[in-house]
Amino acid sequence: MYAQLVETGAKRVKSLDEMSPEERAFQEKIDAETKIEPKNWMPEGYRKTLVRQISQHAHSEVVGMLPEGNWVTRAPTLKRKLQLMAKIQDEAGHGLYLYSAMETLGADRDEEIEKLHQGKAKYSSIFNYPTLNWADMGAVGWLVDGAAIVNQVVLQRTSYGPYSRAMIRICKEESFHQRQGYQILLDMMREGTEEQKQMVQDAINRLWWPALMMFGPHDDESPNSQQSMAWKIKRKSNDELRQMFIDQTVPQLEYLGCTAPDPDLKWNEETGHYDFGEINWQEFYDVLKGNGPCNRERINTRKKAIEEGAWVREAAVAYAKKQKQRAAAA
Amino acid sequence: MNQKEALTEYLLRLADSDMILGQRLCELCGKAPALEEEMALMNVALDLVGQARNWYEYAADLIDDGRDADKLAYRRDAHDYRNLLLTEQPNEDYAVTMGRQFFFDVWHYFTLKSLVNASDERVAGIAAKALKEVTYHLRRSSEWVKRLGDGTEESHRRMQDAVDILWRFTGELITPDETDQLMAEAGIGPDPEQLKEDWRGLVKEVLQEATLTPQPDDAWMYMGGKRGEHTEHLGFILAEMQFLQRAYPDATTW
Repeated sequence: MYAQLVETGAKRVKSLDEMSPEERAFQEKIDAETKIEPKNWMPEGYRKTLVRQISQHAHSEVVGMLPEGNWVTRAPTLKRKLQLMAKIQDEAGHGLYLYSAMETLGADRDEEIEKLHQGKAKYSSIFNYPTLNWADMGAVGWLVDGAAIVNQVVLQRTSYGPYSRAMIRICKEESFHQRQGYQILLDMMREGTEEQKQMVQDAINRLWWPALMMFGPHDDESPNSQQSMAWKIKRKSNDELRQMFIDQTVPQLEYLGCTAPDPDLKWNEETGHYDFGEINWQEFYDVLKGNGPCNRERINTRKKAIEEGAWVREAAVAYAKKQKQRAAAA
Repeated sequence: MNQKEALTEYLLRLADSDMILGQRLCELCGKAPALEEEMALMNVALDLVGQARNWYEYAADLIDDGRDADKLAYRRDAHDYRNLLLTEQPNEDYAVTMGRQFFFDVWHYFTLKSLVNASDERVAGIAAKALKEVTYHLRRSSEWVKRLGDGTEESHRRMQDAVDILWRFTGELITPDETDQLMAEAGIGPDPEQLKEDWRGLVKEVLQEATLTPQPDDAWMYMGGKRGEHTEHLGFILAEMQFLQRAYPDATTW
């Protein structure tokens, strides 16, 4: 899940009676599960909400390359290095693909990136945590891509056509990343040294809670969810998705032979789900406000890349212009 | 030096050059001037490290002392590395990154073009796959040299500076030593004179189109990578790249 707390601009969901004829026709289309396409009429709030959500998602793919870039130069074997490079390349591709989906809504990639650099646009809180040992590359794949997939599988049915199609394509690649991530951890737990096993447990200890935070606040603390659900941009609530993730992940954790840093985590026979402890919401909101371990570094790295690359992009534009003039003169 | 020794040496040069340049490109992750470039840089790096793996595997089979491709990549120190000095030069700005890539790609392209016809089948097979990838690398880096050279005033200045900074490392690409001669004689490696002519010809053509000036052919050249005498950069590249294998020597699986 790469989009958290996406604003809809709506205090409450309008009933069909309160809507204009256009709004009502739109809502009826949504209710009938007809996909909305770029040329269709849509309420301004719907358009803005989608731009926010898709741009957050795209920013997350791009910022998400940084914690992996931290280890790609130190990957321990040729196989692992190649896998990590391929994953990073996929993420750049997802970013491009999502920005394109966002541009079908009339938004501009450069403007949205500028908002990110000014701190006005969000990206997933998870990428503000540092990657401190090699096992983090496994844990990020398993837990972070895993959490993303839980959300994105549902988003394949999101109401906006281009976003839905982007999700279908992206989900395939992320499932692959997740399996690779898990395999890194499994190999280290099965055949690794004591030190390698400690790396795995340490990575899980640090990334477990931040991964759960990826689903966003509790449903009753999520004021925008209701409108997003009515527009079928969102298809399941934060708490539902978080529970799905926990239920699928805990057996995998046990299979690894590792533990979660949560003493309250246990199977509940009655509900058929795992119970788990309360997330540290203070930490969640702190990270969202910019006070996570790596917020500054992540944004500064991105800003620097774009600022220092300005002359390169200008040169490309100037050269293209010259080429065009030459072609016209010839 | 017999032919097997020469081939082993030659394979390590190919592998090490691919590996070190791939590593330099990995350093740029998240720092490229545009998202399209992030993808392209990582794509080129991925090709290079993949090619390195193929060459290392063949070299490991010939060396046959129990070391595999990973051991060759991660457990040899700088004096055993045989990469071209050009590949270990730092990224600096994007003009240096692209200039380095271009000079290397021209050499890589003509070398592989010859290797696809090698009398050694395994070499020919690896080269055939690599040539497809490197044909794209060369097209891309040539385009960038032209864009930057003939773009804005600033990009022209930077690109010319890059050519001037990197030129002294290009002699090594086209100056044959005993290994190169032996490989040519064995019908594996390219004919050194032909390689020199091809490299100079294409480099000059692209630089001219890019409104850039090459340095003279007889300019002083810094050489030594092929015999394990490197610039100060390589030690740091390996310290980072080999960190886990060195810090956890008992680990057999990653």
